[in-house]
Order: sequence, then C-alpha cells, then structure tokens
Amino acid sequence: MYKYDEIDQSLVDERVAQYRDQTKRYLVGQLSDDEFRPLRLQNGLYIQRHAPMLRIAVPYGMLSSKQLHKLADIASKYDKAYGHFSTRQNMQLNWPLLEDVPDILAELAKVEMHAIQTSGNCIRNITTDQFAGVAPDEVVDPRAMAEVMRQWSTFHPEFALLPRKFKIAVSGTKQDRAIVQAHDIGMEFYLDAQQQLAIKVWVGGGLGRTPILGTVIREHLEWQHALTYCEAIVRVYNLHGRRDNAYKARIKILVKALGIDEFKRQVEEEWVHLKDAPNTITEAELARVAQHFEPMPYEVLAHHDASYDAAIASNPAFAAWAKRSLHAHKMPGYRAVTLSLKTHGQAPGDASSEQMHAVADLAAQYSFGELRVSHEQNLILADVKLSDTFALWEKARAQGLASPNIGLLTDIICCPGGDFCSLANAKSIPIAQAIQMQFDNLDYLHDIGELELNISGCMNACGHHHIGHIGILGIDKDGSEWYQVTLGGSQGNQASLGTVIGPSFSAEEMPHVVEKLISVYLSERNGEERFIDTVRRLGIAPFKAHVYADKNAAKAEGIA
Amino acid sequence: MSHLITLQADVAKITEDAWQFVALPPSQQEVRKQAGKVVLFKLTGEQTVTPEQIAGTLIPANGKVMVPLTVFIARKTELQARLDQHEVGVWLDTHESLTDLNQAQEDLNALPIIAVHVERFADGRIFSLGTLLRSRYGFKNELRAVGDVLRDQLFFLKRSGFNSFAMRTDRSATEAIASLNDFSQPYQGAVDEARPAFRRYNR
Repeated sequence: MYKYDEIDQSLVDERVAQYRDQTKRYLVGQLSDDEFRPLRLQNGLYIQRHAPMLRIAVPYGMLSSKQLHKLADIASKYDKAYGHFSTRQNMQLNWPLLEDVPDILAELAKVEMHAIQTSGNCIRNITTDQFAGVAPDEVVDPRAMAEVMRQWSTFHPEFALLPRKFKIAVSGTKQDRAIVQAHDIGMEFYLDAQQQLAIKVWVGGGLGRTPILGTVIREHLEWQHALTYCEAIVRVYNLHGRRDNAYKARIKILVKALGIDEFKRQVEEEWVHLKDAPNTITEAELARVAQHFEPMPYEVLAHHDASYDAAIASNPAFAAWAKRSLHAHKMPGYRAVTLSLKTHGQAPGDASSEQMHAVADLAAQYSFGELRVSHEQNLILADVKLSDTFALWEKARAQGLASPNIGLLTDIICCPGGDFCSLANAKSIPIAQAIQMQFDNLDYLHDIGELELNISGCMNACGHHHIGHIGILGIDKDGSEWYQVTLGGSQGNQASLGTVIGPSFSAEEMPHVVEKLISVYLSERNGEERFIDTVRRLGIAPFKAHVYADKNAAKAEGIA
Repeated sequence: MSHLITLQADVAKITEDAWQFVALPPSQQEVRKQAGKVVLFKLTGEQTVTPEQIAGTLIPANGKVMVPLTVFIARKTELQARLDQHEVGVWLDTHESLTDLNQAQEDLNALPIIAVHVERFADGRIFSLGTLLRSRYGFKNELRAVGDVLRDQLFFLKRSGFNSFAMRTDRSATEAIASLNDFSQPYQGAVDEARPAFRRYNR
C-alpha cells in the first residue's frame, strides 16, 4: 500500500499543529462555535448526542496491520475500546473528548493516518472496491489513481468550502462494487481500444434526501486528465451550486436543474482552459504511486488445496462460513476473506479494540500485513492462501468475526443511528439487532440467500437504504420513531433506487415486516432466483399486499 | 491599528490601507427564508443591487476609491478621469459575475486593485473567483479579500491568488499572519505555485 514520503508526512504533521492551534483558540473563546464548526468538521469531528464523534480517514479502505493496531490503541486510550467502520470505509470513534482530538491526530500521524476532510463541505475520502488489486474481474487496479486523486483533493485551495459535501468513488472492474453511480463523481477505469487507461466519468449521483443515480458526463477521458477534468466539474459546482438551501446544495441538484447537456457544456468550456495545466498527471507520477500497489509476492500454488477440501468435507460450520466469506482471487490458490462485523446482536460495523488487534495480527500472519474496510462495513483480508483459511477461520471465530452471513440478510448495512448520531430521526442499531435475532437460524438464512438490507436512521442515508434490496429509513412522526420500507434498490452495474412500499411501521413491527417480505419471496421465487430478481420480476405489489394484509383487515374491522 | 495584511514578494506585512472602501447604501430587501431557515447565501447571478442604491452610492471626491461592481458598471463615465489616474478599484460580491466585470472593463490591469467581498467566511466561491481572476483574466495587480475574512481561510486565499487580506477587525491581524504558512508542501498546483508536488520534487 502507499507509503508516505517526507512531503506526505510534513502535511499531516503540519495539520496536527494547525488543528491543535484551532482547538486551543476555540477553547479560549477566540473562535466562535460557528467559526470552529467547519474547521472541526473538515477534521472529522462532529458534536454528537453524547460526546463528539471523530471520523478517521481510511483512504480507499486500505489499512496496514500497524495502522489497525494503532486504531485499536487509540480506541482503548481515548474511547470506550471500540470503533465503528462506516459505509464510507472510514472508522469512527463515538466517545472522544474534543480536547483530546489534537493528541489523537498526533498518534494517527505516526502511522501515516489523519482525519482530513472526513466531513464538512469539501472533497471527502475517495472510495473504491474492497477487492481492488485481487479481483479476477478487475481490468485496472484503481488504487494508484485513487491515491493520486487523494493527494490532489487534500487541502485543494479552490475547493476548501464547497456548497456541500463532495464524494468521489473509483472503480476498475467489470462488476462495479464501488457504487460509482451513487457518488458526486464516479470514475470507472477501463482499457480503451488502444489498450490505454481511460476513464468513464459519472456525475451527479448521490443518496441522501434526494436519491439520484449519476449520469455519464464523459465516456472517454484519458487518465492524464483525471485531475483537471475534476477541477472543471468542481469549479462549475463551486460557483453555481445552490448555497441558499442546504437540502438542494449537492451537485446532483445542479446537474438536474441545468440538465446534463448544459452542465456538460459548462464543464467542457471550463476544461478547455484547464486541460494540460501542470496538474495533468505525468507518467512518472502514476508509476511512482503505482509501485506501492505492485502485486504481493505470491507463491505459485495449485488451484486446489487438499487440506482445504478435506476441511470443507468434514466440517459443516467451516463449509458454511467458507461459502459466504471466501471470494475469488486472481491468483490460483488464494482467496480474499471477509471477516464479519455483523455478529448477530452486535451493532453492525462495530469492532472492539481486542478484535482490531486480533484482525491486525491475522493480517500480518496470513495476508501480507494489509487489510481493507468494505462499504458493507466488514473487514477484508485480501490475500489469504487457501491452505490457511481453516486456521484463519478458527482464530476469527474465537474473536466473533466469523459469522457465516456475508451477503445474506443479517449482513446488515447500518448507520450509527439515533443511539449516537444527533442528525438521526430514529434508532437504527436496535432494528438491525432485532432483525438479526429474528433470522438467527442459519439454514433458513442460507436458504433465503443473497440479500442486502440497509438501514439509515435519517434521510442523510449513511446506511445507503435507497440501494438496499430491502431498505429501512428511520423517520420522525410527531416526535416518535417510525420506519419506512423500500424494496428493489441495488448497487452494482444495474444500480437502482428502491420504491417505498407504503405507510411506515413501528420499531416492534419491523422484524415481522421483514419476515413477511421474505415469506412472499420464498413462495414466489423461481428456482435459484435471488430476492432482488423476484422483486424486479413481480414488482412490489404482492409484497405490499401481504405486509399490509393484517393492517387492512384490522382497519376494515374497525370500520364495521 | 490596521487590519490589512499584504503580501509583498511573499513577505506578509501589516500595512496601512491606501484605499477607501465605498459601500452601497443599505438595501430595503426583506430577509429571505427557505425551509424555515434564513437564507444566508445569495445565488450566483442573483441581482441584489437596486438602481436607487447605485444612484445613491456616495463616492468620496478625492483619493483612491474602491467601488462596488454595479456602481462601477453604471457610473463608469463619471469615474473615467480618476480611473486614468489609477485611483479607482472595484470590489464584487461572491455571487457576482466576472464576465460582467470584464465586459465593463476589458483591460482589468487598468485597475490597481480588485477586491472580492465575502459576506460569510464559509462561502468558498471566493477561491474560484480569485483563481479565475489570476489564471483566466490575467489580473496582475492587488487582489484583496474583504468582509468576513478570518485567519483559518488565509492559506487557501493565498493559494487562490489573493495577496491582500482585510482581516475582520475583531481579531488580531498580527497573529493571523502565521496561518498564511500553515502548510509548507501543498500537493496540488494552484495560483501561487502552479506545479503540483510531483512536478516540484523528484519524489
């Protein structure tokens, strides 16, 4: 993974000093709340329900063992010995003290980490596929370009205070796993007819209050121009995005208002002036960064491993886990392994310091000392030998990291919700836990098969509920918490936004509502058809009818 | 004491202000609300200045004056003689248009100073305006940030081409100077240093 040189290090060190001074000025009253807010937000610090929340950047989801050990130590020393991995591939601490944040940043800087631009109205962490570099369907490893873009966006002076937050995702696979269409800018890398690295650029996607999938603004952009083209897009947005209304301030609203043709015209007009400027990426720079993402020193292995096959045959629990948690790898005899942060009854995405230390050790022992955070809020060891998977499973299981539920209904994607977040309208973690307990029977869970369930505690959509096969959104009605259900959303190349099925439900009703949706699917599915495919084939009507049958009957009785 | 910081050959100094800032008379506009909240930022291109305000703007008879863009456009003939003497500068708001300025004044370098007024420090349009004035319009003279100018934005303002900063008067300008150098090795090219780190150093 990328290693800092003196320039990278001086930047994070100077950031610590700058933020320490800003915090000091705030505490002595030289900065007002309003003045300090964007400064602390651009350093990932929210003032939350119980305490501040600090969001630490994990660029494109990559971590080293050393960094994860450090995160575990920080969580122990400055927090309640756990952290939350988010859908933006970052890590959040829920209980740090505002006064301690400069010291936390200083600790992070020692392991080449920071919290720069993890919140606020600026360019946020650049995200990508958690299987980057190892996926068999990968055309281009997106990480070198992601790092080049991370550096460009860090403290970009022109874009320091945008109308609203700005999220960029990059992807280099045939099957999109980075949800590029749900980002302000999505960049899809591919090899063009001349076998040159090129970029398909999407713009104006985003979830939140007004979910919109992005539109292609440029089918073919030579990689050298990635930064200047983004500058053209962000400049048009910075000047013309709506600052008068925070709910209409994202670039997606501007793109919709102008229409993609007019927006593109303005961007291209701007780009005429920016094209070939010094920010044009050089061959040398891409090569310099790319050398940090060279393939690991893999052993030459057979496609099959006898000890693995034997363990699968003799140990059903291991087999169930392997089926869900091992992912294809471009090298024979290797697998990417997902460690589940979705143990039933635990807050999705949470990991204790002990678990973090354990994962860091597992990564060091089995996966070249590196790991990734996925936007599904799990941890990935990307380069594990097939012959090591059984030993890895036993150790992961001892730490509660081996729930065989990856990609299944209980692998719930969930924001921190009303238990922690001051933006939330409703709690989300207890809903996730209740659903996990309802579907605690593993055979049943595997029978239901692939299903993505996403929960957000408010319309800011940190839990990406719009693109869940089943999406749950917490809403506030007259001061009490209710849940709206959407069906038919999905990520990937066929990305779609879910449709609301009807009136919302109370928290107590939610596990049964999900159970009913599942029962319709189980009775209607054709053969191996996945839940999402059944929903697409039938539409929401039969699901809706079944879920509301009791309610409608009760209403009818009431009238009679 | 003056609250004006100017950069001369990259050295920051507190300097006396030679320019008289000409304000518009107060407007009668009502406070706008959206979704129950007071609208804090004006839309780009929004016409906010009335003909009465333009006509009613008092321009001091002597000395160097920095006038609002709308007044400059409407009353340029009246100012022409002083413009020729290099005694007229222009200030514009972050929601106003550089095209309008350029149409009224083709050679921007005939203006000794252009200022961008930022009503609220969180309005990042000022950075794009500075960048465009320097890179697109080739403006070479004094470029000043005025209004809600605070030290924590200084580094970005400097990188966006500003070389003069009228700091908010309730804060120390002397202490603010340090923030012009918050970072020594920025990654990306910008107005003050067009080369990104990867072109400046053999990394």
